[in-house]
Amino acid sequence: MPEPLLEVNDLVKYFPVYSRGILTRKKVGDVHAIDKISFKVGKGETVGLVGESGCGKTTTGKVVLELESKDSGTVLFEGKDVHETLKNANRAEKLALRRSMQMVFQNPYGSLDPRMTVFDIISEPFIIHKHLPHSEWKERVYSLLKTVGLEEYHAERYPHEFSGGQRQRISIARALATEPKFIVADEPVSSLDVSIRAQILNLLEDLQVKTGISFLYISHDLSSVRQVSQHVAVMYLGRIFEYAPVDDLFNKPLNPYTIALLSAVPIPDPERHTQRIILPGDVPSPVNPPSGCRFHPRCPYAADICKTDDPPLRELGTGHLVACHFAEKFA
Amino acid sequence: MGELLRVEDLRTYFYTEAGVVKAVDGVSFTVNEGEPLGLVGESGSGKTVTVLSAMGIVARPGRIVTGKIFFRGQELTHNSESEMRKIRGKKIGYVSQDPNSSLDPLFTIGNQLVEVIRTHFQVSKDEGWERGIKLLKLVEIPEAETRMRSFPHELSGGMRQRIAIARALAGEPELLVADEPTTNLDVTIQAQVLELLKTLGKDLQMSLVLITHDMGLIAEMTERVIVLYAGKVAEEATTRQVFQTPKHPYTSALLASVPRLDRKATLVPIGGGIPNLITPPSGCRFNPRCAYAKQICVDQVPPLEDIGDRRTVACHRWKELDLRRSA
Repeated sequence: MPEPLLEVNDLVKYFPVYSRGILTRKKVGDVHAIDKISFKVGKGETVGLVGESGCGKTTTGKVVLELESKDSGTVLFEGKDVHETLKNANRAEKLALRRSMQMVFQNPYGSLDPRMTVFDIISEPFIIHKHLPHSEWKERVYSLLKTVGLEEYHAERYPHEFSGGQRQRISIARALATEPKFIVADEPVSSLDVSIRAQILNLLEDLQVKTGISFLYISHDLSSVRQVSQHVAVMYLGRIFEYAPVDDLFNKPLNPYTIALLSAVPIPDPERHTQRIILPGDVPSPVNPPSGCRFHPRCPYAADICKTDDPPLRELGTGHLVACHFAEKFA
Repeated sequence: MGELLRVEDLRTYFYTEAGVVKAVDGVSFTVNEGEPLGLVGESGSGKTVTVLSAMGIVARPGRIVTGKIFFRGQELTHNSESEMRKIRGKKIGYVSQDPNSSLDPLFTIGNQLVEVIRTHFQVSKDEGWERGIKLLKLVEIPEAETRMRSFPHELSGGMRQRIAIARALAGEPELLVADEPTTNLDVTIQAQVLELLKTLGKDLQMSLVLITHDMGLIAEMTERVIVLYAGKVAEEATTRQVFQTPKHPYTSALLASVPRLDRKATLVPIGGGIPNLITPPSGCRFNPRCAYAKQICVDQVPPLEDIGDRRTVACHRWKELDLRRSA
């Protein structure tokens, strides 16, 4: 694994749930959005974060960037604590850190201001960060547009004049405007048409090859995760269940949840019919996650120990981390 | 294998202020008994409008301009609304993409099921209720008796989609149309619903029309495929043929652009976007995005040719192109 750029240790984020009422309102519980997760993103690599809705993927992305504050745990970026830097360092250092970590959002229809031209959208980071003299703005915006496969004349247009795929390119150009080292891409292709998805996935890969940028690629779509990632973390109900190099995870999954998840994805090849593992029931509520292993009510292999003991994330094989009491069984 | 539904030269246009949107422009196809058929294409290719037209429920400003629709040889095109009602829901069941908006939030599940049952069968309320419970059991809803009294918001997305399927089955249809039935569902829940649709198709000997943009679902669920592009049929063939020897450049481009779970391959994106259907490109509608386009493709609309082996394709150059997948 390359030198780590981002290190996340025991990160926790709960969202409080309140009862109804105005004066009688009180806290009745917590949504355990992320519960003690740890992972690393190396320089120039993409880590895929997969899981079903409500597993805490998006929250992870936001907390890592300190767009949401964490409850406990640490996020280190280039060895420096992100939370501490943003809280205590001087303005120049804060801005420098913000510049190096950016985000691309899921919905390119909601994340671009309809009243701003593409030029204004992409140059807005320059106003905030003042890292580029005004005389160079135009040239930089044009070169960013080129990088993401758009043309110079697009700069004077408004977001509504673009298709979904083009808008996502604009969001990527905006994220690149601060020359970041790390981008959180939260479901960047899931609102796009199938034929357009490949364009954006290829763009992300090209950017990485050219600039050595790192990505945290958040998605529920396992096929696209396999396409772009070098390491993959599988999340379930606020926990990381498995973390491994991409081929290990897809070829030799060790957690029953990962195994079921992979078997559930239809493969576009009529000759290959995999035996599908059907999990009973739905993902439980993250307000009161099940005791022990959070997956035990749906797990086909659950034993008594799974109901009581929460399995730790342990290493089984080089760089292959798994949280399951019986992971050896699947090796 | 008998013929169940036949659609001939269907054209459904939407008369909007911006102009006439030719959403479906000359589509013909046949659904055979017991043969799961897939309709595949990107958004705006006319998949949904095609089946809604076949059931006669195109909303304004849409209108069926021409086309004939036969169900078991009987022409439906000139049926009155009351005659259509007997077929819709009874002979053809429909499951929409979004179970949140297809179920009425103000009525219990039981209410909504009994309503459909009593529309199609002359049974008492009590018997309707009993049948409702049986339907819920058929789609594997736990505690069916309790669920009959639940409201849609009390259920998860996967459960709601099962209930939408149960409701579509209430008239004991011969054909079930499932329009992107799993797009809004999580992967593990999608697996549950797909398995259910498969077993139902076998057990009830029902034909299935599956509308989707997901080539994986097509491979897994269907035996025949119709590939739609911009309101026209690009290609029709068996599922196996479509994946092994696609004849239309759009089909092969679509296959090359989807990432696969079982291996990492170079993705070849399709350049450009879906054309505007108010002023579609001249000639073949795919020509601006096609890697093999020639002058003839801009000048002339390719006819849908019968190329034998129960296959049709609409491409000027199908004979000379070898689009086999380099697997």
